Amino acid sequence: MPDEGGKVETAHADAGLAYESSKLGIWIFLGTEVLLFGGLFLAYAVFRIKYPELFHRDHLELNRTLGTVNTVVLICSSLSVAAGITAIRNGKADVLKKSLVVTLLLGATFLAIKYFEWSEDFAHGIYPGTDVFFSLYFMMAGVHGFHVLCGLLVMAWLLVQAGRGRFSAEYSTPVELTGIYWHFVDLVWIYLYPMFYLIG
Amino acid sequence: MKDYQIYVSVWAALLVLTLVTWQVSYIDLGLANAAVALVIASFKASLVALFFMHLRQESRLVWGFAVFPLVILSLIIFGTLSDTLFR
Repeated sequence: MPDEGGKVETAHADAGLAYESSKLGIWIFLGTEVLLFGGLFLAYAVFRIKYPELFHRDHLELNRTLGTVNTVVLICSSLSVAAGITAIRNGKADVLKKSLVVTLLLGATFLAIKYFEWSEDFAHGIYPGTDVFFSLYFMMAGVHGFHVLCGLLVMAWLLVQAGRGRFSAEYSTPVELTGIYWHFVDLVWIYLYPMFYLIG
Repeated sequence: MKDYQIYVSVWAALLVLTLVTWQVSYIDLGLANAAVALVIASFKASLVALFFMHLRQESRLVWGFAVFPLVILSLIIFGTLSDTLFR
């Protein structure tokens, strides 16, 4: 727990070592995430090769413009996270708080657009059970959306902690690690966007 | 402000690439559509990993942790497709 000076006690006597170990931890977690999404990517590849006409016909049903807007929203949220990390490395906690608020708003916008898209799909009689293309689409976009939601919850927690003055130029590990996670979630969407909206 | 500049440049590059891949998708290039989209996506993903995720400044150990799962994933993809493609 932090004391008045903003220093944090960790299991390591050496703060630099604690930071490096934490970073390896988040990269191991991302390794498991690569394999989680990887299995779904592989299923997509197998079925797309097997049913090219079905994939082509179905992908025209998705709203390409909204998919593009959501890609832009996530890229912007990655910038605001990166800006927040740079800010706290320079000891500017107020800029970090503002970047976190911007990131929360952009993440919520992404999910709101996703909600709108799915409502439209359901209204057109498109469900996860419709066929293999839409099964993959709802599954992969759903797992990705769940990751966005988790990221937003952690981001809200960071905002509370930043409000209590927990982060400083000397200690910002939770912000750094959440940033790496958030960029990974953006990276997954960078692949999902062409796979479902552009080339089906 | 100098610290932020690199991120703004990467952000701008990502937006331009998104615009390009979006517009190209309306042109019928046959099989090349998929190839172009995936090449652009991989280029964008590399920018995110190298700059936003700071891989550019990371140690060899972190690089190892980042690349190893990708090697495993490519083995899984290679193994499965070498089966399903030739059934």
